[in-house]
Amino acid sequence: MKIRSQALAGIAIAAVAALGLSACGSSPSSSGSAGATGGPTDTITVYNAQHQELTQAWVDAFTKQTGIKVNMRNGDDTEMAQQIVQEGRNSPADVFLTENSPAMSAVENAGLLGSPGSEALANVPQAYRPSTGKWVGIAARSTVLAYNKTKVKAADLPKSIMDLADSSWKGRWGGAPAGADFQAIVSAMLQLKGESATLDWLKAMKTNAKTYQSNSTAMKAVNAGEIDAAIIYHYYWFGDQANTGENSKNVGLYYFKNQDPGAFVSVSGGGVLASSKHQTAAQKFLAFVTSADGQKILQTGSSFEYPVGSGVAANPKLTPLQELQAPAVDPAKLNSQQVTDLMTQAGLL
Amino acid sequence: MLVLSILIGALSLVPLGFVVAMTIATGWDTAIALIVRPRVLELLGNTVWLVVITVPLCLVIGVGGAWLVERTRLRAHRVWAVLLAAPLAIPAFVNAYSWVSVVPSMAGLGWGVFIATLSYYPLVYIPAAATLARLDPALEQSAASLGLGPWKVFFRVVLPQLRIAVAGGALLVGLHLLSEYGAFAMMRFDTFTTAIMEQYRSTFNGSAGNMLASVLVALCLVMLVIEARARGNARYAKLGSGSQAAPTRARLGAWELPAQLGLLGLAIVALGVPLAVIGRWLLEGGAKIWETADLASALGQSLWLGLLGALAATAAAFPLSWLAVRYAGWLSKSLELANYITSSMPGIVLALAFVTVALRAIPDIYQSTLLLVIAYVLLFLPRALVSLRAGLAQAPKELEEAARALGRRPAAAFFRVTLPLAAPAAAGGAALVFLAVLNELTATLLLAPTGTSTLATQFWNLSSGIDYTDAAPYALLMILLSAPMTYLLFQQSKKAAGQ
Repeated sequence: MKIRSQALAGIAIAAVAALGLSACGSSPSSSGSAGATGGPTDTITVYNAQHQELTQAWVDAFTKQTGIKVNMRNGDDTEMAQQIVQEGRNSPADVFLTENSPAMSAVENAGLLGSPGSEALANVPQAYRPSTGKWVGIAARSTVLAYNKTKVKAADLPKSIMDLADSSWKGRWGGAPAGADFQAIVSAMLQLKGESATLDWLKAMKTNAKTYQSNSTAMKAVNAGEIDAAIIYHYYWFGDQANTGENSKNVGLYYFKNQDPGAFVSVSGGGVLASSKHQTAAQKFLAFVTSADGQKILQTGSSFEYPVGSGVAANPKLTPLQELQAPAVDPAKLNSQQVTDLMTQAGLL
Repeated sequence: MLVLSILIGALSLVPLGFVVAMTIATGWDTAIALIVRPRVLELLGNTVWLVVITVPLCLVIGVGGAWLVERTRLRAHRVWAVLLAAPLAIPAFVNAYSWVSVVPSMAGLGWGVFIATLSYYPLVYIPAAATLARLDPALEQSAASLGLGPWKVFFRVVLPQLRIAVAGGALLVGLHLLSEYGAFAMMRFDTFTTAIMEQYRSTFNGSAGNMLASVLVALCLVMLVIEARARGNARYAKLGSGSQAAPTRARLGAWELPAQLGLLGLAIVALGVPLAVIGRWLLEGGAKIWETADLASALGQSLWLGLLGALAATAAAFPLSWLAVRYAGWLSKSLELANYITSSMPGIVLALAFVTVALRAIPDIYQSTLLLVIAYVLLFLPRALVSLRAGLAQAPKELEEAARALGRRPAAAFFRVTLPLAAPAAAGGAALVFLAVLNELTATLLLAPTGTSTLATQFWNLSSGIDYTDAAPYALLMILLSAPMTYLLFQQSKKAAGQ
C-alpha cells in the first residue's frame, strides 16, 4: 500500500513536470479579434525603456479612457532597441517608448518604425520630433551637473562639460556611463564636437571619473561627499526633493546653458512598430501620451520630466525649457552605435 | 531514457558552442582587439584578485569554524553549528544591499572580498563540518600515539581527509565569484560578469560583450581543472567493518574566549548587520511598503518559476542519473561532464547564448517561460543530479530485477519500484533547485517573458534605484524563503558525508 502511494507520487512528479514544460511553451502574445479597429477588446504590447512608474501612470489612464489593455516589457533604451532590431518583423512589440532618442533612431534606421499617427504628430511641435516624422517626442530631460554645495563653490564650477577632462577634476566627478542617459549626452557631444574631441574626453573620463550604476547612485555619492559633482539629468534631484530629500539635501544643480554639449536636452521618444498588428490601438496610445491629458501627468506627477506636447507647461518647480539654452541637435542624427564603440575604446565599457 | 539523456547533453553544449561560434564569427582581428585591451586587463586583475583572496579566506573561516564546532569543547557548539551555516540564506546581493545602504562609500576590491567572503564561506563550512563530524578518530589517535602533537595531527591527518569536501566547497565559492552580478554591481566593483551586463545594456549582444564572455568561460574552465587536480584521486574510505567511535573534542582552555568572540564577530557581520539593516528599512517604510500589488505578484511568479524549475530539473535528472547508476560508462560520464561544465558557467553567459540562439534559430521560444526554464535546468541540474544519484544508488537493483522476473516491463519496473524509493532524494534535490531559481538574477533579467517580475528582479530594480525602503520587503521574503532550504542543505550534507 505504501509503495503504491509513493509510486503514484513519483509518477505525479514526472507527469506534472512534463505537463508544466509543454504548457508554458508559448509566450503570451497580444491577442484580440478587433485588432485592426483599436476597439476596447484590444491588447497592445509596449516595450518600455522609460521609467516604469511614469509609463504605468500613462498606461493606467489610457486603459481607463479607451478600454485598451497594455502589456509592458521593461528594460533599458539600447538593450530594448537592439532587441527590437534583432526580433525584426517578428517583434511582439507594438509601441516602443524610450528615455533618449538614440535608441529610437537605431530602430528607425533598421526600417522598423511605422507611423506614430497623425494625431500624435499634430500634438508635438517640430522641435521635439525628428524631421523624418517616424516617431514623436513624449517628454524631455535636461543634462545638469549635480554638485555638492558644501564642497564646491559656485565660482569653481566648470564653464563647459568639456572642462571635466582637466586634471583638476581628477577623482572628483562621476557618472553612469553604462546607462543610455549618459550615452545620449555623449552622442550630442559627438555631433557637436566631433569624434577625436569626444574620444579624448572619454579617455579623460576613464582617468578622472568614478563610475556608478545609475544616475540616482551617482547623485547619492555627490550628496554623501564621495565626489564633488556628477553629470546626470535634472529630474533625479527634483524627484528626491519631492520624496524625502535625503539623497539630495547637499546637492545643487548647475545648468551649463550657453549651447554647451553639457546643456543638451534629451528627447524621450515614442514610436509605433511597422510590424504591429494593432496599428490603430498603438497610434491611439501615442496620441493619448502626447495629448493634454497625457502630458499633464508629466506636469503634476512625480516624474519631473518636461512635457513636450499639446502646449502643456512644465511643473512650476523646474527651470523652463526655453531658458536652458540647449544646443541645437538633430535627434535623428544621434549615433548610439558609435558612442558605445568609442566608450569601449576608452575602456569605460 | 537514453535519447532523453543525449538530448540534455546536447542542450548543455549550446552555451559553449555559442562562445566558440561567436568568437569565430567576430573574426580573429576584431576578437583580439576586443580581448587584448586595457579594460579586459583591468577586469582580469579584479576578477583574479577577488578569487585569489576570497577563496583562501573562505577556506580558513569555513574549515576553522567547522573544526571549532565539531572537534572542540566549544560552549554552545550546537547553536554555533547552525549560526555559521545561516548566512547562506542571505543572497549575496541582499547582503550587499544591506551594507551599501548603510556605508554608501563601499566600493572596490576590498569591499568586494568582504561581502563575497561573508556570503560564501558557508559553502566551505557546511561540507567541512559534515566531514569532520564523520571522521574516524582512530586515525588521529594512532598519529598521536606515534608522537605527533595536536597541530601536526590536524595538518597531517585531519586536513588531508577534508580534501574532497573542501576542494568542492572552494570550487563552488570560485564559481559564485565569477558569476555574481548584483552584489558587485551595487558596490561599483567591476568583474567580467558586471562588465558583460553593462555591455548588454549598451549594445544588447554586441561582439565586445561576447568576447568578454569567452574570456570568462576560459576562467571557469581553468577553475574546473584546478579543482579536479586539487581533489586528487586518493582513497579515503575505511577498509573492513567495525563501528566508528565518537570523535574526541579538543580542550580549548584559554582559547575559549577568543574563539567565542571570533565566532560572535563573524555572526554579527554576516548575519546580524544584514538582518538589522533590513529591519531598519522595514520599520522606516512602515505598513505602506507591504501594500503594493507588485509584491504579491512577484512572490507568486518567483514561486511559480521556482516550482517549474525544480520539477523540470528533477525530471531531467532522472534519465541522466539512471544512466549513471545502471549503465555507468563513457557515455554517461561525458553527458554529465557536458552539463557540469555548462552549469559552472555564469548565468549571464548562458542567457546571452540563449538570447542569440533563440532569436536566430527559434524566434518562437524567445522570451518564453519554456526557454527560461530550460536555462534554469542547465544551470541548476547538478543540484538535482547529485541528490537523485545518491537516492538511486541506494535503491537495490535486485528489487527492480525481481519485478521484471514477475513479468513487468523494464520501464514499468523502474517506475513502479525504483522511482518511489528514490523519491525522498529527488525531493531534496528539487528543493535545492527551487532555492537557486528563487535568487537567480541575470538569466531571469535577460530571458523572462514580458511582464515577468520576480522577487529577485523587482528587488534589483528597486535597490538599484536607491529605493531602499521599498526593496526591504523583497529582501525579507527572499531570506524567509531561503531559510528552510538552507537548513535542508545543512542536514543533507551531514547525511552525504556519512556515505
